[in-house]
Amino acid sequence: MVPLNYYLILAAVVFAIGVIGVLIRRNLIVILMSIELMLNAVNLTFIAFSRYLGSMAGQVAVFFVMAVAAAEAIIGLAIIISVFRQRQTLDPQEMQLLKW
Amino acid sequence: MVSTDFAIAAYDLLRWIPLIPLLAVVVNLFWSRALGNKTAGAVACAAVGASLALSLYVFWQLPSNGIFRDVVYTWIDSGSFKVNLSFQVDALTAVMLLIVTGVGFVIHIYSLGYMGHDEGMTRFFVYLNLFIFFMLLLVMSDNLLLLFVGWEGVGLCSYLLIGFWYLDDDNAIAGNKAFVVNRIGDFGFILGIFLLVTDLGRQGVWTLDFLELQKHVQLLTPATIGLITLLLFAGATGKSAQIPLFVWLPDAMAGPTPVSALIHAATMVTAGVYMIARLHFLFALAPMTLSLIAWIGAATAFFAATIALTQNDIKKVLAYSTVSQLGYMFLAAGTAAFGAAIFHVFTHAFFKACLFLGSGSVIHALDGEQDMRKMGGLKAYMPTTYWTYLIATLAIAGIPLTAGFFSKDLILWQAFHHGAVILWAIGLITAGMTAFYMFRQLFMVFHGECRADAHAKAHLHESPAVMTLPLIVLAIGSIFAGWLGAPEYLWGSRWDHWLQPLFGAGEAHEGSANTEILLTLLTLAVVAVGIYAAYAKYGRSARSAEETAGAEGLLYRLSYNKYYVDEIYDTLFVRPFTACSRFFAEFVDPRIIDGMVNGVASFTRGLSWVWCGIQTGNVQHYAAGLLVGTLAFLVYFLGQS
Repeated sequence: MVPLNYYLILAAVVFAIGVIGVLIRRNLIVILMSIELMLNAVNLTFIAFSRYLGSMAGQVAVFFVMAVAAAEAIIGLAIIISVFRQRQTLDPQEMQLLKW
Repeated sequence: MVSTDFAIAAYDLLRWIPLIPLLAVVVNLFWSRALGNKTAGAVACAAVGASLALSLYVFWQLPSNGIFRDVVYTWIDSGSFKVNLSFQVDALTAVMLLIVTGVGFVIHIYSLGYMGHDEGMTRFFVYLNLFIFFMLLLVMSDNLLLLFVGWEGVGLCSYLLIGFWYLDDDNAIAGNKAFVVNRIGDFGFILGIFLLVTDLGRQGVWTLDFLELQKHVQLLTPATIGLITLLLFAGATGKSAQIPLFVWLPDAMAGPTPVSALIHAATMVTAGVYMIARLHFLFALAPMTLSLIAWIGAATAFFAATIALTQNDIKKVLAYSTVSQLGYMFLAAGTAAFGAAIFHVFTHAFFKACLFLGSGSVIHALDGEQDMRKMGGLKAYMPTTYWTYLIATLAIAGIPLTAGFFSKDLILWQAFHHGAVILWAIGLITAGMTAFYMFRQLFMVFHGECRADAHAKAHLHESPAVMTLPLIVLAIGSIFAGWLGAPEYLWGSRWDHWLQPLFGAGEAHEGSANTEILLTLLTLAVVAVGIYAAYAKYGRSARSAEETAGAEGLLYRLSYNKYYVDEIYDTLFVRPFTACSRFFAEFVDPRIIDGMVNGVASFTRGLSWVWCGIQTGNVQHYAAGLLVGTLAFLVYFLGQS
């Protein structure tokens, strides 16, 4: 059996990739995808602990996260489409109106 | 000594006397357009007529030593301090009621004709009714605070009506002047009220009620009474146009003529005299104030009469004449002859209203001409106006058996009897000047040949009945109103009997009738000289009126220019004040006040500028901040464990 640590390290690496993607990419769609990465890294952690501790609570949480992620993806994509129609760009640096 | 035991009776009818004109105000304010000019005017007249009828009824029922009271509700109730909104009618108020509603009603009728062609007719009647309401409030109030409300209310109406034709800047400025000058007096008035109520309150009597005040007046020290009465008198000088605050009244002639007759001759300007008579128990205890009042009254009477000698504007002559006659009233009040003062208020209301309405009739006939040099010979064109004007002129000059004869002689006799021979002499000379300037006016306007220009001449006509009838009524009053107060050597005074329970007896009846008759004859001689002088200078030929104007001596120019009082006030008070205001408006406000406010703002702005930089609007920067923060927490908590 693969030790728990392996899963945790993998999840941490995937989460970090997601964070970096959110912070540095210049395309909203890619940023959205990076958020999915982060969510799934968390899911992976939940599953690993669930298995390790022999509890179903982690798996329940995963279902919640999946449902929320699906909703989030839909709304996020819808916003992205309407933003693109307005401004013909998806670069977050072009969207800095909301400031002093 | 004044007795304080009056028969007080509740009487619910009283509240309707002021309320009916107020109702007419409301009706005309909201529905005048639907009613139309004619109906609105009729509503206004009917309301004052109803008040007059009620006043007559109340007067009929009132015993001389009785007081009717109508408590509507408690207005202020704070601890032991309580002020009612309530009305009271005693002998003094009843007289004022009849003056206000009686003369007011006649002038309302006259206004139907005078203002008939004016676009603002309904507005005029709304103001006029509102004035009647406030004036009734003033005379019917049973406490000082409600009196003050009426006092300020009539001031407001006066302001509104002086500036009635507001499109002309001069009228608006005249209204402003009246308002501001009155404010100065009212400042003293309200300080007097404060001092009175706090000083009595400190001794456990919190009240403004006249009867209560009269009961507790002995609690005050003479010095306090002196100060209170001085402050109250300051209010009276403003409202009743006495030196030094008389300057607004001549300018107030900018208003329509019925307003001059009602507000600036018959009723409002006598409010000061009424107030002093109402608080006679206070003033009687302040001999210093009383002598000041007498001196100011006499000085005003003399001073204003000398100005009236040379004025050429028909209404200005009457205005200065009013100031002068008000001076007589204060002279009487100052010699503690309150009954005589109110008697002159009463007779003056008739003949001065008659004179003003007559001058209005003349101005109306000449299409707005007010310069007496462009009148003359109107006797032939306007017989009714002429005869009523003549009667009123005789009355104000003090020809025997007219109203002015009785009241003016009573005042002079009281002054003489009071021992103030100098004051009496001033009054005597003033009587001569009064006769001169009034007959000068009569000759210039009605006698000689007509000097009106072609346009005015074509317009010449006798006024319609709606205007001449009030003149006739007032002319009758100008003769018979005085008969109530005849001296003892004729048929005796009903007036004194009526007011005696209020002011007390002893208003100089002990003096010998022979002295009184002698003084009267002396007055008549002076008056005759005045009339003859006017006849010699202006009566014989119309030409001389024009020729004499212009090339005259120093005294003439002083009088013609009103002793430059307006200019002196302008230099002494108005200019320094406006300069001061300008300094504050142009330097202190923009530089210092605004500078402080703007300084705080730009300081805050400078600080915020430092931190503004981190709000970039870029979501990724915020996310990075979030990450750093989370990591920092993580490091902190992990480091702790």
